[in-house]
Amino acid sequence: MNVDFFILMLAIPLVSGALLIFAGERDWAPHLNIIASAGTFLASVLLTMEIIDHGARFALGEQFFIDSMNVFFVTLTTFVGLTTSIFFGPYMRNEEAHGRLTKPRLRLYKSMFQLFMFTMLIALTTNNLGLLWVAMEAATLTTVLLVSLYRTSASQEAAWKYFILCGVGIAQALFGTILLYFAAERVLGETGNALLWTHLVDVKGQLNPTIMAISFIFLLVGYGTKVGLAPLHNWLPDAHAEGPTPVSAVLSGLLLNVALYAILRCKVLADGAIPTGFAGNLMMGFGLLTLVVAAFFLARQKDVKRMFAYSSIEHMGLITFAFGMGGATANFAGLLHMTMHSLTKSAIFFAVGHAAQKCGTQIMEDIRGLIKINPVIGWGLMLGTLAILGMPPFGVFASEFMILTHAIKYFPWATPFLLIALGVAFAAIFGKVQPMVFDEAHAKPLPHAPAITPVFLHLGIVLMIGLYMPPYLVRWFQEAAKMMG
Amino acid sequence: MSTAIPLSAQLINLFASVILLLSFAMLAQRRILPLINLFALQGLTLALSTLVVAFTTNQTHLYWSAGLTLLLKAMLLPWILHRLVRQLWAKWDVESLINVPTTMLVGIVLVIISFNVALPISELSSTVSRGTLGIALATVLLAFLMMITRTKAIPQVVGFLAMENGLFLAATSATYGMPMVVELGIALDVLVGAIILGVFFFQIRDQFDSLDIRHMERLKER
Repeated sequence: MNVDFFILMLAIPLVSGALLIFAGERDWAPHLNIIASAGTFLASVLLTMEIIDHGARFALGEQFFIDSMNVFFVTLTTFVGLTTSIFFGPYMRNEEAHGRLTKPRLRLYKSMFQLFMFTMLIALTTNNLGLLWVAMEAATLTTVLLVSLYRTSASQEAAWKYFILCGVGIAQALFGTILLYFAAERVLGETGNALLWTHLVDVKGQLNPTIMAISFIFLLVGYGTKVGLAPLHNWLPDAHAEGPTPVSAVLSGLLLNVALYAILRCKVLADGAIPTGFAGNLMMGFGLLTLVVAAFFLARQKDVKRMFAYSSIEHMGLITFAFGMGGATANFAGLLHMTMHSLTKSAIFFAVGHAAQKCGTQIMEDIRGLIKINPVIGWGLMLGTLAILGMPPFGVFASEFMILTHAIKYFPWATPFLLIALGVAFAAIFGKVQPMVFDEAHAKPLPHAPAITPVFLHLGIVLMIGLYMPPYLVRWFQEAAKMMG
Repeated sequence: MSTAIPLSAQLINLFASVILLLSFAMLAQRRILPLINLFALQGLTLALSTLVVAFTTNQTHLYWSAGLTLLLKAMLLPWILHRLVRQLWAKWDVESLINVPTTMLVGIVLVIISFNVALPISELSSTVSRGTLGIALATVLLAFLMMITRTKAIPQVVGFLAMENGLFLAATSATYGMPMVVELGIALDVLVGAIILGVFFFQIRDQFDSLDIRHMERLKER
């Protein structure tokens, strides 16, 4: 093996991020963005094949560690990154034609987008829990200026809220990391290995349970802020609604996943140290609270992107609950749901972005009759909505069904909350999307043809997984689920 | 109770209490420039305390982090903030909203809470500076309180940076600091964050003609 795909995968976004700053407004800059994303995706696929063939491995000393759990998130991240950059081209040209964005801001966007991918890939692959924190914070920093890209007062307010709330949250996570290091140092000694996850897993049974419990609370609240767990979820709908749509798509589809991944890594350690299932119970509580709060806020939304942001919070609550239940089935369902949610939600944001552009507004009452203006976008939005609401035969149905049946079997007290929240969410979202798609139309055509491929690509995969899961994917999920205990 | 506390531990405790005192001073300070100076002073004290820990324990990497703290938190960040204030003409921004006595009382409650949370942890620790963990947590919470009570953008950021000071103190007092890679990464994040915020301040000012974040109340659930 001469080429290290891992290094390649990290180097491409970093280098292209730097290049795109200098590339300025040249014609090839958008192509470079797509090519770089495609290269990153290709490298991650090759890396995945290598991991499947040869098992988990380290990179750059012991600082990076790739196993079946994170390689799956890596592929998902680079895939959505690629489709987002394909979507980005026509979308941003339309925004430019409408005069909402200027060339220098597009340059900022492209560069920051690549750096954002870089920080997320670092966060996913690092073995060092301290570096994980650093990368998570860096991911926030790269996206703050993207949320305020339109420079309207609302978008700046959203970006400010995003920065401050996530900053406060992530500070809690740092305190948790310090406590974790403290607990680990007493077992592993001052060797500098005490934050390396692979070392920590070997000694997780010996970590002091009191410190680990306090540490996990801080970590869950801290990273949970970025996942969008209630009660610190307020930044999420604002940032999603006011930022440009490609940013909403990657925030919802990717950033939330990466933050949840950080919690999962810490949960493995906390579970090893605390035998009472404390970490799982805490996650179930937060997950359920988030699910219910988000479901009831969904019904009051007027802005379409804001509504789907609340839907993201709702799904993150459900996934957190699933991982909180623990065990092979629930972890499997949680992983599947994370994948399905990423793909479906970014597809929805792509469709919503074009729909909002067409009608010149994000207010749902003013978006009407998409099926007549542009049947492809209309159907994309409708099918995406049905998929995210958990209708069969889409993949979300499979994962939600597994979560529900597992909850009914082992945690029956949670079932009414789950059913009510899912029911309310269904009524709220479907009732609002239906007239948007099928009502009478009044809107002008767009100057640039929208990019519809990503929408149907994502929905196609979600549909396929709902109907038939390829055996290697099942094995992959099972292996990752087993690792989480 | 006749065991004498070694001089180094006494010094560390002294510096830690100065940091806590400065946190309260920042909580009460309404003017922006003195607030930034207080923040710089807190950074300086933090660097001195780290230096003492480094000297007592002979940990070379702690000398580095002491130097980094001095450079970043006592000099570079306050300088950036001073420049921002001058360029934004925010010098005379005085906040009138906060109720200082109440804030102070809430702050005292926070200190008591953090000492209680930190007690079981510091009992397990064997570092010379273990007594300061409670103070570190209190500094974090007081900075948090400051961010909640302030209505202007720059004091909120100072609160954010003071929170980082508290976290750094926690890291040195519980474990003699994090591994070097992590500390460098954190320092980089703080620096980049401050620069991005600087850019952001100008955008906010251009949009709202003020750095008063009370103008930012449009996005909420109705």
